[in-house]
Amino acid sequence: MFVTYLVRELRRRMRQACFIALGLAVGIGLVITVTAASAGVKNAQSTVLHSLYGVGTDITVTTAPSQGSGSPFGFRIRGRAPASGARPKAGQKFSRDVLVTGALGTLKSSSVTTIAQTQNVTATAGALSATDLSISGKVPTTSNSNGGGFGGGGGSGGGGGGGPTSIKTSTFAVLGVDTGAGRVGPLSSDKIASGRTFTAAEANSDVALLDANYAKQHKLATGSKITVGSATFTVIGTVAEPQGGTTTDVYIPLRRAQSLAGMSGEVNTIYVAAASATDISAVQQAIKAQLPKATVTTSSDLASQVTGSLSNASSLAGTLGKWLAIAVLIAAFAMASLLTMAAVSRRVREFGTLKALGWRSRRIVGQVMGETLVIGVVGGAAGIVLGFAGAALVKALVPPLSATLGQTQGSASPGFGPPGGGAGRFGGGSPLGRAANDAAKTILVHLDTPVTVSIIVLAVVLALAGGLIAGMFGGWRAARLRPAAALAQVQ
Amino acid sequence: MYQLTGVTKTYKKGRDTVQALRGVDVTIPDREWLAIQGPTGHGKSTLLQILGGLDRPTSGSAVFDGKDLAALREGQVTKVRATSIGFIFQTFNLIPTLSAQENVEAALVPLHIHGTQRRAWAAQSLVDVGLGDRLRHLPSELSGGQQQRVAIARALVKKPTVLLADEPTGNLDEGTRDEIIALLEKLWKDLGLTLIVVTHDSSIARRAQRVGQMRDGRLLIRQDTGGAHQAVVPAGPANPADPGPQPTDPWQPS
Repeated sequence: MFVTYLVRELRRRMRQACFIALGLAVGIGLVITVTAASAGVKNAQSTVLHSLYGVGTDITVTTAPSQGSGSPFGFRIRGRAPASGARPKAGQKFSRDVLVTGALGTLKSSSVTTIAQTQNVTATAGALSATDLSISGKVPTTSNSNGGGFGGGGGSGGGGGGGPTSIKTSTFAVLGVDTGAGRVGPLSSDKIASGRTFTAAEANSDVALLDANYAKQHKLATGSKITVGSATFTVIGTVAEPQGGTTTDVYIPLRRAQSLAGMSGEVNTIYVAAASATDISAVQQAIKAQLPKATVTTSSDLASQVTGSLSNASSLAGTLGKWLAIAVLIAAFAMASLLTMAAVSRRVREFGTLKALGWRSRRIVGQVMGETLVIGVVGGAAGIVLGFAGAALVKALVPPLSATLGQTQGSASPGFGPPGGGAGRFGGGSPLGRAANDAAKTILVHLDTPVTVSIIVLAVVLALAGGLIAGMFGGWRAARLRPAAALAQVQ
Repeated sequence: MYQLTGVTKTYKKGRDTVQALRGVDVTIPDREWLAIQGPTGHGKSTLLQILGGLDRPTSGSAVFDGKDLAALREGQVTKVRATSIGFIFQTFNLIPTLSAQENVEAALVPLHIHGTQRRAWAAQSLVDVGLGDRLRHLPSELSGGQQQRVAIARALVKKPTVLLADEPTGNLDEGTRDEIIALLEKLWKDLGLTLIVVTHDSSIARRAQRVGQMRDGRLLIRQDTGGAHQAVVPAGPANPADPGPQPTDPWQPS
């Protein structure tokens, strides 16, 4: 009887039932879409962060360059001069390949060990980022460059004579990585595209991994030789960086990078993994206490530095989308409740009659609730379909999101420069300047809108809640009816 | 058996307080056919609602089979309605979405009679009112007379002791009206019902054993209608001090 009566009643006011269900469906669909979109934005953010400094990394430790050290340009060149001794004469052909480190200050390798011993730190890895600068050509005839200094770079002080055009320069970003650190550090998020990755035994070998794009551009492959600093490295593999990835072109073992850059025992970024997300801030404090000069950046600090359309999308999904979904949902619930109450009011005589027949209020309320629950379930099912469609639509329509990180960053490394880290000091014309400009980097991320099981569960709960709320209002109205209404109301 | 003592009913209608019943005293013995007449707005329907346990008196007591409907809890009153009292209405009040048989079944739902038995009883009840061939029809597919027959079947399927009818012929044409009256009369006799009918229809009133007149919230009973049926039980006045019937005036307060 319950089912028969319920089905007949719903069939009788099919149009209204469909209308209520549609309202709920739109609300629930919107909730699913918004939830999926904001989950997508979150994923995109973590993709960006992971591509910047590795999957397992929770904290990075960097330090500001110490004032007055190195050249006035804020970077140090300690490359071995290949032509030792006298300065090259004018007109002489030369070729130099040096490894220079950028604007980041350096930390002692021993700091890595210190941090590793900090409580709740599960893994650490040091890395040294540098730019390989190769210059070849003829020494200008009236060169007035300072001995040993490549400060002017390609511009070379604007000397006349031989002209700058006779000098070729090229740069690529080099990252010395800890070959033993598997789960933390810049390589942890990269996929090996071909060949293999470093083994722990290769800490001091002349082997290199190339960024797949860089390898493609320069027609390099596994087995190729590449010159970094003054040494020749064998390419053992290429890595595909996720979605935009880092600007590192060549990975080499940390110790080789240190020795080529003349920076033994020094790193400029330390990657730290904490035992759990809740430990991160405690670990941050502990590291700050141990290394007072260092800049300790957590992933959430970093997330707040991400700018660009990704962060716009994040705030859009987080605020506007959320409130829109809530507003529509409330409107749908209110509409469902009002329409149900109106429907109950039209059935005063019917319910009064049932009460006269000895139906308990509870049974009548149950009947009304049953009807709205069915509407809610139908609306929820339609809402899930709408939600999937909406999520797919968002995915299809939203252009790739850009994430720009660290405007003030002065390094071509995946590490993060301290604010004010001196990028502004680089001359735009210099090849190093180009490398530095690369560092304030923009990553494009395609927004995925995953509809997860938990979102669907949420939708079902919302649908049932919508049905129950509407049913409660309707039932409350029905329960308050005096049975006498059956006789009193002549329509 | 009903025993109403000093029943009053006031309710609010907008800002005004309406005194629908101003002290009704009446005893209605089992198996009696009582017709209640009176102008609109003088408390007929209110009285019927109190008799049916659909509404509670403001003061006074309405004892039905030893239970004071004014004092029972709502659940118990509902149970009394479900088991002992059948209703029929002027507007038939069938559930429009349910077939004739399902409408009759609805009366058996509160009695927790399930499935096959419920359907069988409902079908039999419809056969009893001459609608054995209309079980699956919706109310909208039935004539007014047929709808009222379904309503009667629904009221009687649970075998109540009392049948309360509010203008049962008010919405019917003349021919159908006579059929329904004849049916009610037959069922009253066959089933030994207490039949209380609120009506404007003098042809019903003529057949009743007693006729009450509602005037300004008070019930005046004429003992003998002189009609077809003599009172099964002589309707004694509620007040023993009552001087009894007065031939010159058929109306007396009861």
